[in-house]
Amino acid sequence: MNPTTLAFDDVSVGDALPTLEIPLTRTLIISTAIASRDYQDVHHDPVLANQRGSKDIFMNILSTNGIVGRYVTDWSGPGTVLTDVNIRLGAPNYPDDTMTLNGSVTAKDDAAADGSGGIEVTLRGANGLGDHVTGTVRLRLPAGAAGSQRVAR
Amino acid sequence: MSDQAQAQSGDLEQRLSGFAGQSSGESSEGPDEVNQAMIRHWVEAMGDTNPVYVDDAAAKDAGFPGVIAPPTMLQAWIMRGLRASQDVEAARAAGTAQGDGPTDRLMSMLDEAGFTSVVATNCDQHYVRPLVLGDRVSMTSVIESVSAEKSTGLGVGHFISNRLDFTDQHGESVATMRFRILKFRPRTEAASGAESTGAPEATARPKRPRPSLTQDNRFFFEGTKEGNLLIQRCSGCSTLRHPPRPACPTCRSFEWDTVKSSGRGTIYSYVVNHHPKVPAFDYPLVVALIELEEGTRLVANVSGIASDAVVIGTPVQARFETFDDELTLPVFHPVDGSDIGDTRTVTESKGAH
Repeated sequence: MNPTTLAFDDVSVGDALPTLEIPLTRTLIISTAIASRDYQDVHHDPVLANQRGSKDIFMNILSTNGIVGRYVTDWSGPGTVLTDVNIRLGAPNYPDDTMTLNGSVTAKDDAAADGSGGIEVTLRGANGLGDHVTGTVRLRLPAGAAGSQRVAR
Repeated sequence: MSDQAQAQSGDLEQRLSGFAGQSSGESSEGPDEVNQAMIRHWVEAMGDTNPVYVDDAAAKDAGFPGVIAPPTMLQAWIMRGLRASQDVEAARAAGTAQGDGPTDRLMSMLDEAGFTSVVATNCDQHYVRPLVLGDRVSMTSVIESVSAEKSTGLGVGHFISNRLDFTDQHGESVATMRFRILKFRPRTEAASGAESTGAPEATARPKRPRPSLTQDNRFFFEGTKEGNLLIQRCSGCSTLRHPPRPACPTCRSFEWDTVKSSGRGTIYSYVVNHHPKVPAFDYPLVVALIELEEGTRLVANVSGIASDAVVIGTPVQARFETFDDELTLPVFHPVDGSDIGDTRTVTESKGAH
């Protein structure tokens, strides 16, 4: 990830986030479901998932949230304060596919007195079936001075 | 057979709509404090290398009080976990004890109706502040709505919207969330035809639109079903208010009860609808603002007066008209009991029962 937090001043509407490709392994789908304490069988048991009308196990929504959050902070850096994650789910994330995330800055608030400010990123994560997730993330970024400060690692 | 299926479907929809506005009964306190071990599992699974989730110095350097939890991990803190999930599944499989909460009952009801699969469709999270190590998260949840039966790419089903409020150990809000799921009948079963629901008869008159029930307005529609016109009353200052809302506009109290209106009032204002003609209603349709003698006003239909003979100030009396199994509403008639002018409106209205 980007080790240096982006400064609010340095971000403009229209800026594109780098593309992130997530290989949808069974390990990813199952480990993220379990890390979110979601033990519904459709997220780890292919036979039961099939009986419930799904062709295979699929990623749970908490994990999609987690990856969306990661996608944005990978770009904006450790000093990011996430305030809103609004997502809509479409095509399921089945194993043996790839989800490709793209996004861009679609709104920018006026700077606060301390130079920090909120921005909105609109993003999309598509797999082989179509859009898995579309949505917006709102985040606060620090002013320039804080944004350029050294960050461990 | 199709009549029976249709009757069952209508009955189900009626029972489903009753869940809107109820606490989901899923209030829960996170079993553990926000802790590094669960965060570490999460970030490793997600492939998230942000140091503020695992490194205290890095978190402080980035402007946080210390290690924070990934904000999107919000729900993980209050998930019921494996054992409780297995208990619920076992009870469902055995067809025995269901969970106590409305959500458990709603899910069981849909399971029994063949909507056995569930998929999340929308999730909107708002974070008030980052969670830090040691925070203790609690959640309360309200079922906001249960949709009518919808056809989707996955199959036929019902959308359920929940609002979740997350608080910390001090009772302060840390996040809110809206979550929508689709509870649906898998296509493999639907394709067999055995479970297909009959389409409504072409000649059947469509039902009136359903009110959107909430915790605040539910009393009103339950009252009308029993022939009572109830008005919300502030417990703090006794001020009456309508339409229903959470807080008293006079003293801001959230406490309230209801009083039964006499149903007597006057026509304060009105409009006559001619177009567009919605099939569930009779036209011309008189929509009036009725000033009740208790002092509040409400919007309702007026019957028993020709649409071109309605006069502001006319004394009226509420009668209760049952439009279908689920919907009874007050309709106001001239108070002298003898309908004024053309009685076509009231005749048609009664014919719509």
